[in-house]
Amino acid sequence: MRGLLRFLARNYFILLFLLFEAISIGLLVNYNNFQRVKFFNSSNSLIASVYKSFNAVSSFFHLQQSNADLAQENARLRTMLEQYRQSTVAVDSTAIVAELTASDSVDLRYEFIPAKVINNSFVRQYNYITLSKGSDDGVKVDMGIIGPGGVVGIITSVSRHYATGPTILNKRWKVSAKIQNSNYFGSLAWDGQDPHYARLNEIPFHVQMAVGDTIVTSGFSDVFPEGVPIGTIETFDHASGRNFFAIKVKLLTNFANLSFVEIVKNNHLEELEQLQELNTDE
Amino acid sequence: MNSGIFKYIGSWLILVLLQVLLLNHIQISGYVNPYLYILFILTLPFNTPNYLLLLLGFLLGLNIDIFTNTLGMHAAATTFVAFIRPSVINLISSRDVLELNQLPRISELGFSWFFRYSLIMVLSHHLFLFYIEVFTFSGFFHTLLRSLLSSALTIVLILVSQYMTAKQN
Repeated sequence: MRGLLRFLARNYFILLFLLFEAISIGLLVNYNNFQRVKFFNSSNSLIASVYKSFNAVSSFFHLQQSNADLAQENARLRTMLEQYRQSTVAVDSTAIVAELTASDSVDLRYEFIPAKVINNSFVRQYNYITLSKGSDDGVKVDMGIIGPGGVVGIITSVSRHYATGPTILNKRWKVSAKIQNSNYFGSLAWDGQDPHYARLNEIPFHVQMAVGDTIVTSGFSDVFPEGVPIGTIETFDHASGRNFFAIKVKLLTNFANLSFVEIVKNNHLEELEQLQELNTDE
Repeated sequence: MNSGIFKYIGSWLILVLLQVLLLNHIQISGYVNPYLYILFILTLPFNTPNYLLLLLGFLLGLNIDIFTNTLGMHAAATTFVAFIRPSVINLISSRDVLELNQLPRISELGFSWFFRYSLIMVLSHHLFLFYIEVFTFSGFFHTLLRSLLSSALTIVLILVSQYMTAKQN
């Protein structure tokens, strides 16, 4: 016993070091279970309020760019609206407009909650975004985040006033995506190298595609509506010995300059989950 | 002694905030991300007890981790540099250096000593951190380049901050 104590006393430095390293590595490895460590991340209100007060100053420097982005998105949406309006006029305007405006028949599948980005990283391997909307504003875990350029990320932790989660630039998160023209779908993931590019996997060789084709969300994941833009094809490669194309996608979202985003709320989620639960029971 | 403790608490707060609010947003072609906050461990007095060194290193890393959502990553790296610090100091300094001086600062020990000291410490920290971040040896040279370039920038920042604070004293 005394020998053991003497051993501990003599080597306490190394033992303490190993203890701290073991704790660190343990935390690191278990961090995959995002929800379990809810408290120790940037949706924690103390940490988030530090980011928020700094952001109040720093966002002034981005105002011009944010305004330009928002104006551009506005213009895009206005064009789309005009296209819809013209197409309904061509068919039978009154009936469709009446149907759309009748309040009880409107069943919005997706709603959008605007939010301000108060912290966002893009230089690490696992990048996260923190937003200034929380459970008080109706934000829940597993809601998608969309920016002016398209898909940004997903929410994994929510506090009362803040929410945080991984962006596309996080090797732990993948998003179900498809090629807009051909409707073939695969999974889009980041390889941790360049924050401007991601990779689209699992697209078989017989699919026709061209450089510049748009990649959009597939709508299979309940998180994003179908057809939200993600990026465009930069290069694609038919590597020998592989079963799928290696597709490099240029992301449309500029993560270095992201100020305002929208959180996607899926109103059918509960219904969908109940339905899908029936399948797993049997 | 009391004012000394407050000075270290102050430098902890300043370094952590500087790191998470400013330096983490520096990006030069996706490679360079300086981690100046380890200056705190570098400038602790020579007579800091070993257990305190490890504890402070661990807590400092954890503090950064909470801000960056990387729980355990910085903690592992800072614990490591806290662990090697006594050996590094013994390795590069003669006995009288340690007896005559109390603080590992550029103003007391000169440029050459301090440069060697911060070079070893920063390189160890950054290599450890960047490899534990990717958690794989695939893309070995990409990670190596990232850690070397970031180390260079961190060392420059450390030297600049040493001269800036030396003038005030």
